[in-house]
Amino acid sequence: MWIYEKRLEYPVRITRPDPRMAKLLMAQYGGPDSELGAGLRYLTQRYSMPDDRVRAALTDIGTEEIAHWEMIATMITQCMQGASLEELTAAGLDGYYTMHGNGVFPADPNGVPFTTSYIACTGDPIADLSEDMAAEQKARATYEHLMNLTNNSQIIEPLYFLREREIVHYQRFGECLEIVQAIRNGRSAPSCRCSRRRY
Amino acid sequence: MMNQTEQSLLARIGETRFACVELQLYLDTHPEDADARNDFNCYANALERLQAEYADTYGPLENFGSCPHDAGSWVYQKWPWMK
Repeated sequence: MWIYEKRLEYPVRITRPDPRMAKLLMAQYGGPDSELGAGLRYLTQRYSMPDDRVRAALTDIGTEEIAHWEMIATMITQCMQGASLEELTAAGLDGYYTMHGNGVFPADPNGVPFTTSYIACTGDPIADLSEDMAAEQKARATYEHLMNLTNNSQIIEPLYFLREREIVHYQRFGECLEIVQAIRNGRSAPSCRCSRRRY
Repeated sequence: MMNQTEQSLLARIGETRFACVELQLYLDTHPEDADARNDFNCYANALERLQAEYADTYGPLENFGSCPHDAGSWVYQKWPWMK
Protein backbone atom coordinates (compact mmCIF):
# COMPACT_ATOMS: atom_id res chain seq x y z
CA MET A 1 0.00 0.00 0.00
CA TRP A 2 1.28 3.46 -0.82
CA ILE A 3 -0.07 6.91 0.00
CA TYR A 4 0.52 9.93 -2.22
CA GLU A 5 1.45 13.31 -0.80
CA LYS A 6 0.64 16.22 -3.11
CA ARG A 7 4.01 17.89 -2.68
CA LEU A 8 7.54 17.47 -4.05
CA GLU A 9 10.26 16.18 -1.73
CA TYR A 10 12.32 19.26 -2.64
CA PRO A 11 10.90 22.32 -4.43
CA VAL A 12 11.38 22.71 -8.20
CA ARG A 13 10.64 25.98 -9.96
CA ILE A 14 12.20 26.53 -13.40
CA THR A 15 10.87 29.79 -14.81
CA ARG A 16 12.47 29.87 -18.31
CA PRO A 17 12.34 27.20 -21.05
CA ASP A 18 15.52 25.11 -21.20
CA PRO A 19 14.87 22.31 -23.74
CA ARG A 20 18.54 21.31 -23.88
CA MET A 21 18.47 20.44 -20.17
CA ALA A 22 15.03 18.82 -20.55
CA LYS A 23 16.68 16.36 -22.92
CA LEU A 24 19.73 15.72 -20.72
CA LEU A 25 17.64 15.29 -17.54
CA MET A 26 15.96 12.29 -19.19
CA ALA A 27 19.08 10.30 -18.17
CA GLN A 28 17.73 10.34 -14.61
CA TYR A 29 14.10 9.85 -15.68
CA GLY A 30 14.30 6.85 -18.02
CA GLY A 31 17.98 5.85 -18.31
CA PRO A 32 19.68 2.74 -16.84
CA ASP A 33 20.63 4.54 -13.59
CA SER A 34 17.45 6.61 -13.47
CA GLU A 35 15.28 7.24 -10.44
CA LEU A 36 12.65 4.98 -12.06
CA GLY A 37 15.17 2.15 -12.37
CA ALA A 38 16.34 2.69 -8.79
CA GLY A 39 12.83 2.72 -7.31
CA LEU A 40 11.71 -0.42 -9.16
CA ARG A 41 15.02 -2.20 -8.46
CA TYR A 42 14.89 -1.68 -4.68
CA LEU A 43 11.18 -2.39 -4.28
CA THR A 44 11.59 -5.56 -6.40
CA GLN A 45 14.58 -6.88 -4.44
CA ARG A 46 12.85 -6.77 -1.03
CA TYR A 47 11.24 -10.21 -1.24
CA SER A 48 14.48 -12.22 -1.16
CA MET A 49 16.18 -10.27 1.66
CA PRO A 50 16.90 -12.19 4.89
CA ASP A 51 16.66 -9.36 7.46
CA ASP A 52 13.97 -6.91 8.57
CA ARG A 53 16.36 -3.95 8.57
CA VAL A 54 17.35 -4.60 4.96
CA ARG A 55 13.71 -5.04 3.88
CA ALA A 56 12.91 -1.74 5.63
CA ALA A 57 15.78 0.15 3.99
CA LEU A 58 14.85 -1.14 0.51
CA THR A 59 11.20 -0.19 1.08
CA ASP A 60 11.96 3.34 2.27
CA ILE A 61 14.75 4.09 -0.21
CA GLY A 62 12.67 2.63 -3.07
CA THR A 63 9.78 4.85 -2.02
CA GLU A 64 12.02 7.95 -1.86
CA GLU A 65 13.29 7.19 -5.39
CA ILE A 66 9.73 7.42 -6.70
CA ALA A 67 9.52 10.89 -5.12
CA HIS A 68 12.80 11.77 -6.88
CA TRP A 69 11.35 10.47 -10.15
CA GLU A 70 8.50 12.94 -9.71
CA MET A 71 11.02 15.75 -9.11
CA ILE A 72 12.87 14.89 -12.35
CA ALA A 73 9.58 14.73 -14.29
CA THR A 74 8.71 18.15 -12.88
CA MET A 75 12.07 19.54 -13.99
CA ILE A 76 11.67 18.10 -17.51
CA THR A 77 8.11 19.36 -17.96
CA GLN A 78 9.02 22.84 -16.66
CA CYS A 79 12.11 22.98 -18.93
CA MET A 80 9.94 22.18 -21.98
CA GLN A 81 7.09 24.50 -21.01
CA GLY A 82 6.98 27.56 -23.26
CA ALA A 83 9.69 26.30 -25.65
CA SER A 84 8.83 26.82 -29.33
CA LEU A 85 9.02 23.95 -31.83
CA GLU A 86 12.12 25.65 -33.26
CA GLU A 87 13.76 25.64 -29.83
CA LEU A 88 12.81 21.99 -29.22
CA THR A 89 14.25 21.09 -32.65
CA ALA A 90 17.46 23.04 -31.98
CA ALA A 91 17.84 21.10 -28.70
CA GLY A 92 17.50 17.81 -30.58
CA LEU A 93 14.02 17.07 -29.24
CA ASP A 94 12.20 17.00 -32.60
CA GLY A 95 12.21 13.19 -32.67
CA TYR A 96 11.00 13.11 -29.08
CA TYR A 97 8.26 15.66 -29.86
CA THR A 98 7.12 13.58 -32.84
CA MET A 99 6.52 10.55 -30.65
CA HIS A 100 5.62 12.04 -27.26
CA GLY A 101 4.62 15.68 -27.76
CA ASN A 102 4.92 17.45 -24.43
CA GLY A 103 4.44 14.21 -22.50
CA VAL A 104 7.18 13.03 -20.14
CA PHE A 105 8.06 9.57 -21.45
CA PRO A 106 10.70 7.40 -19.70
CA ALA A 107 13.55 7.34 -22.20
CA ASP A 108 17.19 8.40 -21.94
CA PRO A 109 18.60 11.55 -23.64
CA ASN A 110 19.40 9.49 -26.75
CA GLY A 111 15.79 8.33 -27.04
CA VAL A 112 16.40 4.77 -25.80
CA PRO A 113 13.21 3.79 -23.95
CA PHE A 114 13.27 2.52 -20.36
CA THR A 115 13.45 -1.27 -20.06
CA THR A 116 13.05 -3.64 -17.10
CA SER A 117 16.46 -5.14 -17.85
CA TYR A 118 17.77 -2.08 -15.94
CA ILE A 119 16.32 -3.40 -12.66
CA ALA A 120 18.71 -6.16 -11.63
CA CYS A 121 17.28 -8.75 -9.24
CA THR A 122 19.39 -11.89 -8.79
CA GLY A 123 17.66 -13.03 -5.60
CA ASP A 124 21.09 -13.13 -3.96
CA PRO A 125 21.21 -10.53 -1.16
CA ILE A 126 24.94 -9.80 -1.46
CA ALA A 127 24.85 -9.50 -5.26
CA ASP A 128 21.75 -7.31 -5.15
CA LEU A 129 23.02 -4.97 -2.43
CA SER A 130 26.38 -4.61 -4.21
CA GLU A 131 24.42 -3.71 -7.34
CA ASP A 132 22.46 -1.11 -5.33
CA MET A 133 25.61 0.52 -3.99
CA ALA A 134 26.99 0.75 -7.53
CA ALA A 135 23.66 2.15 -8.76
CA GLU A 136 23.81 4.96 -6.17
CA GLN A 137 27.35 5.87 -7.24
CA LYS A 138 26.39 5.81 -10.95
CA ALA A 139 23.46 8.12 -10.23
CA ARG A 140 25.73 10.43 -8.22
CA ALA A 141 28.16 10.60 -11.16
CA THR A 142 25.29 11.33 -13.56
CA TYR A 143 24.06 14.19 -11.34
CA GLU A 144 27.57 15.65 -11.32
CA HIS A 145 27.73 15.42 -15.12
CA LEU A 146 24.36 17.17 -15.37
CA MET A 147 25.52 19.95 -13.01
CA ASN A 148 28.67 20.38 -15.14
CA LEU A 149 26.51 20.89 -18.23
CA THR A 150 24.46 23.90 -17.05
CA ASN A 151 24.77 27.28 -15.34
CA ASN A 152 21.04 27.42 -14.62
CA SER A 153 20.82 27.72 -10.81
CA GLN A 154 17.12 26.77 -10.84
CA ILE A 155 18.25 23.39 -12.21
CA ILE A 156 21.49 23.00 -10.24
CA GLU A 157 19.84 23.48 -6.84
CA PRO A 158 17.43 20.49 -6.97
CA LEU A 159 20.18 18.41 -8.65
CA TYR A 160 22.46 19.18 -5.72
CA PHE A 161 19.80 17.89 -3.33
CA LEU A 162 19.33 14.71 -5.40
CA ARG A 163 23.09 14.11 -5.56
CA GLU A 164 23.28 14.30 -1.76
CA ARG A 165 20.52 11.70 -1.42
CA GLU A 166 22.54 9.24 -3.55
CA ILE A 167 25.36 9.53 -1.03
CA VAL A 168 23.06 8.88 1.96
CA HIS A 169 21.44 5.90 0.21
CA TYR A 170 24.89 4.48 -0.59
CA GLN A 171 25.75 4.70 3.11
CA ARG A 172 22.55 2.87 4.14
CA PHE A 173 23.07 0.12 1.52
CA GLY A 174 26.64 -0.33 2.82
CA GLU A 175 25.17 -1.03 6.26
CA CYS A 176 22.65 -3.45 4.71
CA LEU A 177 25.51 -5.30 3.00
CA GLU A 178 27.32 -5.64 6.36
CA ILE A 179 24.16 -7.09 7.88
CA VAL A 180 23.67 -9.77 5.19
CA GLN A 181 27.37 -10.64 5.11
CA ALA A 182 27.27 -11.24 8.86
CA ILE A 183 24.23 -13.48 8.43
CA ARG A 184 25.91 -15.45 5.63
CA ASN A 185 29.07 -15.90 7.70
CA GLY A 186 27.05 -17.25 10.60
CA ARG A 187 27.96 -14.32 12.81
CA SER A 188 25.27 -12.46 14.61
CA ALA A 189 24.24 -9.38 12.69
CA PRO A 190 26.16 -6.25 13.70
CA SER A 191 24.71 -4.39 16.63
CA CYS A 192 22.42 -1.54 15.78
CA ARG A 193 23.91 0.64 18.46
CA CYS A 194 26.57 2.95 17.27
CA SER A 195 28.74 5.40 19.11
CA ARG A 196 28.86 7.91 16.27
CA ARG A 197 25.84 9.69 14.81
CA ARG A 198 25.62 8.95 11.11
CA TYR A 199 22.65 10.98 9.96
CA MET B 1 -0.65 31.67 -7.12
CA MET B 2 0.10 30.72 -3.52
CA ASN B 3 0.39 33.42 -0.92
CA GLN B 4 3.49 33.79 1.21
CA THR B 5 1.96 32.33 4.37
CA GLU B 6 1.00 29.16 2.50
CA GLN B 7 4.41 28.95 0.86
CA SER B 8 6.26 29.30 4.15
CA LEU B 9 4.01 26.72 5.83
CA LEU B 10 4.66 24.31 2.95
CA ALA B 11 8.39 24.96 3.26
CA ARG B 12 8.26 24.09 6.99
CA ILE B 13 6.30 20.92 6.19
CA GLY B 14 8.93 20.06 3.56
CA GLU B 15 11.81 20.56 6.00
CA THR B 16 10.14 18.60 8.77
CA ARG B 17 9.11 15.78 6.44
CA PHE B 18 12.67 15.62 5.15
CA ALA B 19 14.02 15.26 8.70
CA CYS B 20 11.56 12.37 9.19
CA VAL B 21 12.59 10.70 5.90
CA GLU B 22 16.27 10.98 6.77
CA LEU B 23 15.83 9.71 10.34
CA GLN B 24 13.60 6.86 9.16
CA LEU B 25 16.27 5.67 6.69
CA TYR B 26 18.84 5.78 9.48
CA LEU B 27 16.50 3.89 11.82
CA ASP B 28 15.96 1.21 9.15
CA THR B 29 19.52 0.01 9.71
CA HIS B 30 19.85 1.21 13.35
CA PRO B 31 16.42 0.52 14.89
CA GLU B 32 17.77 0.40 18.46
CA ASP B 33 19.43 3.84 18.42
CA ALA B 34 17.60 5.68 21.23
CA ASP B 35 18.82 9.16 20.25
CA ALA B 36 17.63 8.73 16.68
CA ARG B 37 14.26 7.36 17.85
CA ASN B 38 13.81 10.34 20.11
CA ASP B 39 14.72 12.79 17.30
CA PHE B 40 12.35 10.97 14.94
CA ASN B 41 9.47 11.22 17.42
CA CYS B 42 10.03 14.97 17.90
CA TYR B 43 10.00 15.63 14.15
CA ALA B 44 7.05 13.28 13.55
CA ASN B 45 4.98 15.12 16.19
CA ALA B 46 5.92 18.49 14.70
CA LEU B 47 5.00 17.23 11.22
CA GLU B 48 1.60 16.06 12.41
CA ARG B 49 0.87 19.50 13.88
CA LEU B 50 2.04 21.34 10.75
CA GLN B 51 0.04 19.09 8.42
CA ALA B 52 -3.09 19.57 10.54
CA GLU B 53 -2.56 23.34 10.44
CA TYR B 54 -2.15 23.22 6.66
CA ALA B 55 -5.22 21.04 6.18
CA ASP B 56 -7.37 23.34 8.37
CA THR B 57 -6.51 26.37 6.26
CA TYR B 58 -5.78 25.14 2.74
CA GLY B 59 -7.03 21.54 2.52
CA PRO B 60 -5.38 18.11 2.82
CA LEU B 61 -1.99 17.24 1.29
CA GLU B 62 -2.81 13.52 1.34
CA ASN B 63 -5.94 11.74 0.17
CA PHE B 64 -6.93 8.12 0.92
CA GLY B 65 -8.94 9.09 3.97
CA SER B 66 -5.95 10.12 6.04
CA CYS B 67 -7.40 13.56 6.62
CA PRO B 68 -10.89 14.28 7.98
CA HIS B 69 -11.66 16.92 5.34
CA ASP B 70 -13.76 16.92 2.22
CA ALA B 71 -11.92 14.50 -0.08
CA GLY B 72 -13.13 16.43 -3.10
CA SER B 73 -11.10 19.50 -2.19
CA TRP B 74 -7.85 17.52 -2.59
CA VAL B 75 -8.61 17.14 -6.30
CA TYR B 76 -8.49 20.87 -6.99
CA GLN B 77 -5.38 21.79 -5.03
CA LYS B 78 -2.40 22.72 -7.14
CA TRP B 79 -0.34 19.80 -8.53
CA PRO B 80 3.29 19.87 -7.45
CA TRP B 81 4.73 19.96 -10.99
CA MET B 82 2.76 23.10 -11.90
CA LYS B 83 4.45 26.48 -11.62
